[in-house]
Amino acid sequence: MATKDLVLENGVPVEIPVIEPGHTLASVTEKISDIVLVRPISIGWVAGFLACASLVGVLGTAVGYLFFKGVGIWGINIPVGWGFAIVNFVWWIGIGHAGTLISAILHLLRQSWRNSINRFAEAMTLFAVMCAGVFPLIHVGRPWMAYWLFPIPNTMSIWPQFRSPLLWDVFAVSTYGTISLVFWYTGLIPDLATLRDRATTPIPRFIYGALAMGWRGEARHWHRYESAYLLLAGLSTPLVLSVHTVVSFDFAISIMPGWHTTVFPPYFVAGAIYSGFAMVLILAIPVRAVYNLKDMITLRHLDTAAKVMLATGLIVAYGYILEIYMAWYAGPKSIDWFTVHNRFFGPYAGPYWALWICNIIIPQVLWIKAVRRSPFLLFLVSLVVLSGMWLERFVIVILSLHRDYVPSSWGMYYPTKWDWMTFGGTIGLFLMMIFLFVRVLPMISIFEMRMLTPEAEAKHK
Amino acid sequence: MSALNGLMAEFGSASDLVEAAKITHRSGYNDIEAYSPFPVHGLSEAIGFHKDRVGLICLIGGLVGMCTGYGLQYWVSAITYPENIGGRPLNSWPAFVIITFELTVLFGGLAAVAGMLFLNDLPRPYHPVFNVPQFERASQDRFFLCVFAADPKFDAPQTRRFLEGLKPISISEVPE
Repeated sequence: MATKDLVLENGVPVEIPVIEPGHTLASVTEKISDIVLVRPISIGWVAGFLACASLVGVLGTAVGYLFFKGVGIWGINIPVGWGFAIVNFVWWIGIGHAGTLISAILHLLRQSWRNSINRFAEAMTLFAVMCAGVFPLIHVGRPWMAYWLFPIPNTMSIWPQFRSPLLWDVFAVSTYGTISLVFWYTGLIPDLATLRDRATTPIPRFIYGALAMGWRGEARHWHRYESAYLLLAGLSTPLVLSVHTVVSFDFAISIMPGWHTTVFPPYFVAGAIYSGFAMVLILAIPVRAVYNLKDMITLRHLDTAAKVMLATGLIVAYGYILEIYMAWYAGPKSIDWFTVHNRFFGPYAGPYWALWICNIIIPQVLWIKAVRRSPFLLFLVSLVVLSGMWLERFVIVILSLHRDYVPSSWGMYYPTKWDWMTFGGTIGLFLMMIFLFVRVLPMISIFEMRMLTPEAEAKHK
Repeated sequence: MSALNGLMAEFGSASDLVEAAKITHRSGYNDIEAYSPFPVHGLSEAIGFHKDRVGLICLIGGLVGMCTGYGLQYWVSAITYPENIGGRPLNSWPAFVIITFELTVLFGGLAAVAGMLFLNDLPRPYHPVFNVPQFERASQDRFFLCVFAADPKFDAPQTRRFLEGLKPISISEVPE
């Protein structure tokens, strides 16, 4: 545990504990598992769940009508053939990145504070990837032919084009989804065994028991388990950096002005982590209040997440500024300068400047420690950042497409109600899954919290 | 409760368990197992377990994934479905790097987890140790050490006396 935060106490450096003092092995076990096994379902939970479930109904309606009528019900047309579907896809995939970053990269860096939020962030990743996955499938226009994307032997004897970034994307996102699921489930196995052993009624005991696969906590089991977990973390680290890189290739490898730029991969990855941490905060702040977990997800966690947001937000700002600089450097007659000029003063100048305000200007309040330690203000800033990151994808997709090289192929894009219903529907789907998750699985990793109790820490010295 | 599968001693802390496991192993018991609610460093070494082949399995999985990824793309793009686009090379390896990487990670990750479960002999819903009533705390806040009857040195009364010398909280019989 080399990387603890230190404070000076009477001139002597002292480690700040990750969780509040007073917890024992038994108390963390009881506290987290009781949320699942004992706590009754509240009216607030039912109301929230039903509200989200009805949004899922809206999603079903929008997608059902889409399958019936085709993509013409959306606002897309030539020249803007990529509309909300791609904007939302990139936004959701980006949100997913924080989960893997927290569980894999911070695990390798031995940041033990991550133990309080990794489970939760991994679940968020999975649900975000699910929401993202909806869009490419419905975007292809003829979804019953979506299998053409996969290298499946078929009677037409045709194969996918492996030199296309769109196909790389299929592999990157499906690998990411699979590995995230496996990572999450592997982390859950010891906790499922705890739930099996604490369940008092037969049905939960059977379900958790089956999912725990007979985990007994043997020393040999733990030894191999830790090896596998470390390897997964090591493999996920380049994976998480590659996913949004590949997503950015969908744009950067084309020759469209506004897309064809080498800064895209790093700035997409930074933006993904930026929005992902914003989503982690948006979920963690209410959950720690409602389920009384302020002693496990402490102000220190919120503070650290806010610092990550601030840092990645500055990388994003650098990306924006570099785009403008490169256009200026290309000269006033270049198509790049035209693109930038069109962003500043064109028909979509509103979203563009809103993007600057949401993503760059407002988040600068995170420099102030009092803001980073105020859950309410952090929640608001996170909402602003998530909106800003959505606007960023809107600016990249729509603004680049609506002004092509030839003025005859200029056009505008206006989202229809079906676009909005699909977008809102996936937010409902995401939140509904979160509502279910906090009730049926331990939202904080119990065995990793045990490792943070004084009883376990004494052992490590 | 006819045959005896082993004897299980219960401890209150990880350091007590590690000490007890070391002594038991040194005293010549080999078929022993320690149980803890979280990974305890040094515990598997204390019971004489060092070899861990998960890394090797992961490496093999990753290499298989790498070959599969590149092989698939090469076979499709250069052999079975070649497309001549302005005379560009069919084996355009830079474009194949990404999917090769993705399948390396995918196969390596799945192999690591599958290998871990396989070597751990999981899934295994039933095990005699689950018959010990206190054992449900092995996944919560207690630490256990079990000496199995299969060990050549095992002798019920003598082993029980030995375990009592380790000052456990309790000793239970693991029924067959």
